[in-house]
Order: sequence, then C-alpha cells, then structure tokens
Amino acid sequence: MNILVCISSVPDTTSKINFVDNDSKFDINGVQFIINPNDEFGLTKAVWMKQSNNASVTVLTVGEASVETTLRKCLAIGADKAIRIDCLPKDGYSVAKEIESHCNDVSYDIIICGRESIDYNGGIVPGLLAGFLDYNFVTNCVDLNVDGKKAVFSREMSGGTEISECELPLVVGSQKGLVEEKDLIIPNMRGIMMARQKPLDVITAKGISSLTEDKKFIKPEPKSEVKLVKANELDQLIDLLENEAKVI
Amino acid sequence: MSVLVYLESEDNKFKKSSYETLSYGKALADMMETDIFGVVFNCSNTDSLKNYGINKILKIDNPDFNDFSAKKFSHAIVDILKSEKIEVVILSSSANSKFLGAYLSGITDSSYVSNVIELPKSLNPFILKRTCFTNKAFSQTEVNSDLKIISITSNSFGLIENLSDPVIESLNINCVDSNHKILNIEKETGSVTIADAEIVVSAGRGLKGPENWNMIEALAKTLGAATACSKPVSDMGWRPHSEHVGQTGKPVSSNLYIAIGISGAIQHLAGINSSKIKVVINNDPEAPFFKAADYGVVGDAFEIVPALIEKLKARK
Ligand SMILES: Cc1cc2nc3c(=O)[nH]c(=O)nc-3n(C[C@H](O)[C@H](O)[C@H](O)COP(=O)(O)OP(=O)(O)OC[C@H]3O[C@@H](n4cnc5c(N)ncnc54)[C@H](O)[C@@H]3O)c2cc1C
Ligand SMILES: Nc1ncnc2c1ncn2[C@@H]1O[C@H](COP(=O)(O)O)[C@@H](O)[C@H]1O
Repeated sequence: MNILVCISSVPDTTSKINFVDNDSKFDINGVQFIINPNDEFGLTKAVWMKQSNNASVTVLTVGEASVETTLRKCLAIGADKAIRIDCLPKDGYSVAKEIESHCNDVSYDIIICGRESIDYNGGIVPGLLAGFLDYNFVTNCVDLNVDGKKAVFSREMSGGTEISECELPLVVGSQKGLVEEKDLIIPNMRGIMMARQKPLDVITAKGISSLTEDKKFIKPEPKSEVKLVKANELDQLIDLLENEAKVI
Repeated sequence: MSVLVYLESEDNKFKKSSYETLSYGKALADMMETDIFGVVFNCSNTDSLKNYGINKILKIDNPDFNDFSAKKFSHAIVDILKSEKIEVVILSSSANSKFLGAYLSGITDSSYVSNVIELPKSLNPFILKRTCFTNKAFSQTEVNSDLKIISITSNSFGLIENLSDPVIESLNINCVDSNHKILNIEKETGSVTIADAEIVVSAGRGLKGPENWNMIEALAKTLGAATACSKPVSDMGWRPHSEHVGQTGKPVSSNLYIAIGISGAIQHLAGINSSKIKVVINNDPEAPFFKAADYGVVGDAFEIVPALIEKLKARK
C-alpha cells in the first residue's frame, strides 16, 4: 500500500506573527518552522501503517528549498521517501493542483493531509484534492483502520462522532485523536542518521496560477486593559456581562 | 448571478448558524443587487427562513440524503449550480459545512475561502476579510474565481431579520453513487457543541483533576453554554478531545468565553481570540490570560465558580 502524507511547514506555535512589504507578506525573520501539528498526527499514523499494513510512506511538500529541513524531520520520524514540489505556495487551490498533478503520475491508496494548517489555516487543501481526484474523503479524522482495499474510520462532527467505511483510495484530514499526543514519534539519533540516506526528490512545479491572493494582512487591535472584579463582588461581574457587554 | 446558501439542518430543524449564514447571504445579495437562494436537504418546515430575507428555497426531499455526506451533498449542489446562475455559495463554519465547502470547491474547480468574518470590502475586485494564523491576524483576500465558495465564522455577523415571501421549489435530485457508507453515529447527548455555542465555559489544569468538572458543567448548564478545556486537560484524558480548544484544537468564536484555571498560553489564546468577550478566573494575578481578557477575577476557582453559579441562579 502506498501512503502519501502532505506536509505543511508552518511557523512554530509560539511565533510572533508580523508582516513585511506593506503588510503583504509574512515576516519569516527569526521564525522557526515546524511540521504542521495536524500533519504530525497523520504522519505518525502513516508510519505505524508501515508495520500494520505493509505500507510505504512518502511525504510531500509544495515549497521552496527552505522546507527541506522539515521534510528531513519527517524522514527521521519514519517516512521512506520525500518529495518537494519546487515553488512558493500561493494559495490552497494551486497547492492542491500541484499535488493532484503528482498523484496523477504516482498513485496512492491513501493521502493524508492535516485537517487544516495553523498558518493560512483554511482547511482547504485536503477537500480540494479529494474533489479533484474524485477520491473518497474524510476530515477531522480521529480513527482509521485499513484492511485490504477497505477503510473504516471515524470523524469528529458537531456533537458526536461518525463511524463509516469506504473503499480506497481515500483522502484523510488528520488531527489529534488519530493518534494520541503521547504517541507522536519523536526522531531519535538513529532515525536522524537514516534520514540522511533516504531519497528527497525535487519535482518541477506545473506553475498553476492561484485563485485567491492575500492582499494585505492586518494585526488585531491591541486589547484594552482587563477590568478586574473582586472575588467577593461577583454581582458586579454579572452586571457587567449583562449590561455592559450584553452577552448573558 | 445569485447567491446560494447551504442551510444546514438536523432532526428537521435548522441550525442557528443557518440563520446567520442566511443573514450574511442576504446582505451580500443586496450588495450585489441580486437574489438569495437557499438549499435545504430533508427539512420540511421552512417557515422560519422567511425571517431572514430569502428569495427562493430549493428543497431536496430524498431519503438518500438523510445522513450528511460531503460527496453526495456536493454533487446535489453542483446540479443546482448547473440550473441556477450562482456566483457565491455560502456555508457556516460547522464541521459538516467546512467538510462540504472544501470538497465542493474541488469538484467545481473553484476557490474556497474559509473563516470569513465580514462582508466583502469591495465586489470588484472581490475582497474578503478572513482570520489567519489561527486568529493572530486577518487577511484581506482577493478572490479571482468565477464561482466563489466561502464559509463564515460563527457569531461573526449575527442575525439580521428581514421579512420575505420566498418561492419554494422542490427539486428532484438523484443522489450520486458512493461506496462511502455511514455505519454509526455516536451522539453526545444534551450538550451544547462548541461550534454552535454563544457561550463557552472552559477550564484548565488549575482544576487539579477530572473529578472537579462538576462545577464547570453546572456553570455551563446555568448559562446554556458549551464546555471546553485546555490542551493538557484533554491530553491527560480528564476531558474528551472534542473539548480541546486552541491553536491545535477547536477554534472558538463565541460571544462569551469564560476561562477557569487556564494560564493563557499563546497557543490557547490563538484559538479563542475571535471570541468577543473573554472572562478569566485565576488565582495567579500574573497569569498571561489577564492580558487577553475583558473581565477578570483573581481568586480560587473552587470558591468563585460555586458562588457564581448561585448568583446566576438567583438572578433568573
Ligand atoms: C505545539 C503546541 C501546541 C499547543 N496547542 C495548544 C492548544 O491548542 N490549546 C491549548 O490550550 N494549549 C495548547 N498548547 C499548550 C500550551 O502551551 C499550554 O501548555 C496550555 O494551554 C496550558 O494549559 P493550562 O492553562 O490548562 O495549564 P497551566 O499552564 O498549568 O495553567 C493552569 C492555571 O490554573 C491556575 N490555577 C491553579 N489553581 C487554581 C485555582 N484553584 N483557581 C484558579 N486558578 C488556578 C494557575 O494559576 C495557572 O494559571 C500547545 C503547546 C504546544 C507546544
Ligand atoms: N504547501 C503545502 N504542501 C503540502 N501540503 C500542504 C501544503 N499546504 C497545505 N498542505 C496540506 O493541507 C493541509 C491543510 O492545509 P490548509 O488547507 O492550508 O489549511 C495541511 O495540513 C497539509 O497536510
């Protein structure tokens, strides 16, 4: 079985978010990039499936050379092979198109993406990709079992969990729960050494144009000072919520 | 070119978010000087929709659509797109709507913009404001796609009443074949879900253990609120994953967010920043949450929460 894990390389969760070029670009100065947390759950799951399903795991990023550090980390976690489609990602549409084009050349049984990325976080790429390829699709996936050509999986929906089955191929939007936080694979020295020997192929992008463009980024207004209420004057809090904020 | 709204329903009732999406859709249709249509799957009583300005209700009544399926619903909407001239499709931010929106964009080869919080700044070019970097920033996004699929953040626009006299059209749409079958749905009973909630009561590691959540649930019940928690609380299994909010959990965009025994780490705040009013209850006056909150109480949650419940009950 062939599994593709699509990796988005995102600013570390503690990063300060700033913009440059007239607020039209994210300022990468001093920012450390990590594997998108939702993708990391999916990657660990895929690496487990090497054992349970005799799977081979490829990781793929659409990005410039700087994302290779993130891809090497994925190889150290246990992916067999990495692919970088060489271009600056412009929007979810063009990224999904580039990935689709690769999936028309190499066929995968399961494509795992994160439910959403934590940077541009649209939750766009997995759905588009499934639609383009006409594959089955599940997002907010919290459980996945594959047996032969059949997958049984769960998804978190509002107010509950839905369990369903389908035939492969399948696009999965992964998140915490697909594997537990404590089970995430942390690369060890051996993994890091082995990662250096594993293939990292660079593919020329098709150069697909985007449909959306971030024209300008805006930071939220600074917050006004908190109003403190004394612990023994909770009536005042209720009054503020009721009459000032009008939220209860 | 009209506007189409997906009106999500459950157990023959529209979700509150449907009225908000419709309110937004109506305002957008007015801006575009066009009509607003809504598509409804298996929800018989559509009376309430006419309070929000809808011009035409497209009703699909077919048991094949009883269970939600992004694929089946998307293909049905594509059928509508073939017969009606639609420029914008609007969805809510519920789990199902976001699932549907992305897939629908894929099969129609069009753009999908999520987390939209305002009406377009201009129509030509079509520029939407959306949140990004998990609420640490906003983007003005220009959309250059003939068909535009957007989902709006809940509670960002509100409900706007607008009486109308809609045409109701029953559509005979066949369901596409799919080998994707739903086996079971496990419902959490009685609780308000985070995505739909106007008020969210959330608690963190300051609560010391899962046995202390009774008072959190009681406070939530008094306020008709959903319960949520910080990441370590769900990682330790004190509360289910579905309650984990923050940058790597669920986003919260409620009108009121009450954080109890939560320190206010940057990753937590990122996910809840788009809530309108934030209240923090924490015994450490230096907790970072006080910098992000509108109202705060410094003190012991084990004293404050029960007292607050009593006072809220007395008020009613
Ligand atoms: C990659 C990554 C992603 C993350 N994503 C998320 C995320 O999505 N969501 C999230 O929540 N976190 C996330 N975190 C974790 C985050 O950094 C914090 O560790 C976490 O939010 C802390 O949870 P807490 O506030 O419940 O616990 P703590 O930081 O331990 O805070 C407990 C608070 O309770 C207060 N307290 C103690 N006793 C009482 C009492 N009796 N009465 C009142 N107050 C009391 C304390 O003063 C303290 O402020 C992430 C971290 C990483 C590295
Ligand atoms: N540049 C990219 N390269 C590869 N995969 C991506 C890229 N951007 C997004 N993805 C995948 O799509 C998921 C959702 O991203 P988004 O649509 O940006 O929220 C991510 O979690 C990744 O799995």
